[in-house]
Amino acid sequence: MKRLLAICCYCLGLLLSLPAMAAEKPLPTELAPLLSELTEARLSKAIPVLDALEAEGGEAVQPLFSYMLEGDLYYIKSSRQVIAVSEAAGQETFIDMLSGAELTPLSSREIKKIRVNNRLRGHLRDAIARLQLGSESASVRESAVRSLLSDLDDGTLEAIRDARLNEPSSAVRDVMDMALALHRLNTAGLAVDRIEAIGQLEGSLEGDVRNALNRVAERDPSPQVQQAAFRALTGIEQKVEFYAFVDQLFFGLSLGSVLLLAAIGLAITFGVMGVINMAHGEMIMLGAYTTYVVQLLMPNFIEYSLWVAVPAAFVVSGLAGVLLERLVIRHLHGRPLETLLATFGVSLILQQLVRTVFSPLNRQVASPEWMSGSWEINPVLSLTLNRLYILAFALLVFFALMLLLKKSSLGLNVRAVSQNRAMAKSMGIPTGRVDAMTFGLGSGIAGIAGVALSQLTNVGPNLGQSYIIDSFMVVVFGGVGNLWGTLVAAFSLGIANKFLEPVTGAVLASILVLVFIILFIQKRPKGLFPQKGRAAE
Amino acid sequence: MNWLTQLFAAGRTPGNRVLPFVTVLFLVTTLASMANLMLPESSPLHVSTYTITLLGKYLSYAMLALAVDVIWGYCGILSLGHGAFFALGGYAMGMYLMRQIGDRGVYGNPELPDFMVFLNWDSLPWYWLGMDQFWFAMLMVLAVPGLLAFVFGWLAFRSRVTGVYLSIMTQALTYALMLAFFRNEMGFGGNNGLTDFKDILGFDLQSDSTRVALFAITALMLGLVYVLSHLILKSRMGKVIVAIRDGEARARFLGYRTDRYKVWLFVFSALIAAMAGALYVPQVGIINPGEFSPLNSIEVVVWVAVGGRGTLYGAVIGALLVNYAKTRFTAIMPEGWLFALGALFVLVTLYLPKGLVGLGGQLAARRERKAGKATHQEAHS
Repeated sequence: MKRLLAICCYCLGLLLSLPAMAAEKPLPTELAPLLSELTEARLSKAIPVLDALEAEGGEAVQPLFSYMLEGDLYYIKSSRQVIAVSEAAGQETFIDMLSGAELTPLSSREIKKIRVNNRLRGHLRDAIARLQLGSESASVRESAVRSLLSDLDDGTLEAIRDARLNEPSSAVRDVMDMALALHRLNTAGLAVDRIEAIGQLEGSLEGDVRNALNRVAERDPSPQVQQAAFRALTGIEQKVEFYAFVDQLFFGLSLGSVLLLAAIGLAITFGVMGVINMAHGEMIMLGAYTTYVVQLLMPNFIEYSLWVAVPAAFVVSGLAGVLLERLVIRHLHGRPLETLLATFGVSLILQQLVRTVFSPLNRQVASPEWMSGSWEINPVLSLTLNRLYILAFALLVFFALMLLLKKSSLGLNVRAVSQNRAMAKSMGIPTGRVDAMTFGLGSGIAGIAGVALSQLTNVGPNLGQSYIIDSFMVVVFGGVGNLWGTLVAAFSLGIANKFLEPVTGAVLASILVLVFIILFIQKRPKGLFPQKGRAAE
Repeated sequence: MNWLTQLFAAGRTPGNRVLPFVTVLFLVTTLASMANLMLPESSPLHVSTYTITLLGKYLSYAMLALAVDVIWGYCGILSLGHGAFFALGGYAMGMYLMRQIGDRGVYGNPELPDFMVFLNWDSLPWYWLGMDQFWFAMLMVLAVPGLLAFVFGWLAFRSRVTGVYLSIMTQALTYALMLAFFRNEMGFGGNNGLTDFKDILGFDLQSDSTRVALFAITALMLGLVYVLSHLILKSRMGKVIVAIRDGEARARFLGYRTDRYKVWLFVFSALIAAMAGALYVPQVGIINPGEFSPLNSIEVVVWVAVGGRGTLYGAVIGALLVNYAKTRFTAIMPEGWLFALGALFVLVTLYLPKGLVGLGGQLAARRERKAGKATHQEAHS
């Protein structure tokens, strides 16, 4: 899966960087007369010139066409040199199309725009697609065919049909077949042909195909064709519904992963010490602010900032947790309700501290490029990369913690203390130190959760507060002292929330989930996976 | 006459100091009211209407603190959601006051409150019907929070949800209600809540005499609730309740249905909170979903903790002190208040487990310990 992702990222990057890279490449010199002809031709006469350019220049003229399509193509009045003017960050750069060299800035009086109208734009778009059909990258060819789907005419069809003959990639061939079938559906005179075309289009999720089928299902003169189109449509709708379901599931899993990250630290501190750290949400907030500060410190390395932010947030929040345990919670041992109040006080202080130091306003944390964008599986389903990464990250943290608790001596001590504190103490386990370490560990994980959250929402002083109740619900639902329970609870609550949302609205969905948990506690007061033991309270 | 002797007897028993409390409350209320109504404004002893309203607000907060103290201090149930009952009582009162506006609203609709006109509703929702009758509204002030407390308490205590679990559940309850009341579709004014009240039972809410009367009624209700709580807690039932606090399993094994005691005490406490809310709203002039916020409820707990839980007057003193400090603090340096409140939480739980009223006893115990140590050392030397 990771490999697939990497490939997708690469292709995406390639697509984005294409015009910029090509602008450096010079055009063949024999195009010079055609270019100067382009500056002279009137709108109505431009098409033959463009066709000639396309025929002579081949793929090399694609950037020229792109600039023209965008209306960024100019020529210098005195020398009739064709140039592209591109604007980035308020600065205009002037590029000579023929040599590919960057020119010294020109005033707007020295240059004149090469005009385009809608007819020319359509022609340019087709020409670009045709040129891309000859591209070396399969994904570029594929997206070129897709962009042609919306307005197929005889010319573009011809190009597709030609390209189809030498197409090495089967995926691209499939899309080309679809385009051909679509065209046949639109133009074929015989009902049999149209039905055959429908047969080929069955199961396609392309928006253009669905539109065409809808049109045919309503208006086709032949009832058999209408029926066939209708059947194909129902099949497609079912598929679309399935993918919508998958999409919702993904969002549920994504919410679940956030809940998991937020709750897992709470689960171990609550499991070991039996106290609720109401400042847990603020540990998340501290982690998020650490990300913000790290990005402030290294503004030129946003790409790598997260690699620094994750350990930094773990350390910052973990230290805050150890301090909190040593200074406050240790003195309230055996009084869980007082601990709850004291940690709540700490959370108020931390919130106000952040408000004073930074600002009461939300702060925007930048996402590195490799986390933005989305993974497009098919036309109706695309998964955003940041959510996907956070899902993977949450699972990674979960299993790392699991391993730590199962294999390390700290984990052994933690498990011993959580099962029976008095017995562990009499066996020589330093319970005080284990408490501090557990608290540091739980808070550190909260800090990591903050880094993940900073990639999804804005960072503000109230960031943690909104998660504390939800994450406690996860702990209660999953059962104390059982990490698997926390995992299952986090994902089921996340998914339940996201599936209720479209039906009831976001607010009512969270209320319903709360009510459900209150009722659930009635049946199983110890959660889904209660810790085994015979303690009578 | 019997109950009177009982009351006096109750006054003499140590613990809640009913008689001094009621006397002080009565004196302060009478003096403040007279100083407002009878003395001219130029007199140095004149009490402004603003102060009267502030005092009334404090007293309704004190009632809320009393409600929390009854269950936390005496039964060990830490509710972080008592603001929900307070706000529900307040909303019921607010609905009555809203209907009293009649056609004096901005849109001049005799039937519908302004926000409903604004939302293009054509008729009152069913749950607003009857709220223009004072007796019905007062019934709802008690019935709705009482019922909620009963259902919640019955569900929670029957399945033995205790300790921090219960605290978080109550917090979730008030949080869910807050989310719900923020929705415009709920029909309670959404974000803005209910406000712009004009009069209550025909009396103008802005006039001095109404304000003094509301203040006096709040004081009276506080006194009544105080005495009633004291009587309940001194009764046989009260003894069982304290036993549940100190060892629930033991009380259960002795044959007491601890869940029933807890449910009824929880409902009683919720009713006090609801009354406090209903008295609060006409004096403050607004009720909005912010009252449901978990922070508000947890603040009440800190009032009780500061004053001293397990004593009724401690809760009242704590509420008055912390709120006075809040009023002063937010006027001088608004950013500092949350720091102060947070520090209060930490310091009180760490150093004042019995609150301010327990400070004397704490110091005495320490002195005794020191003295004991000294004699111990003397004996050794």
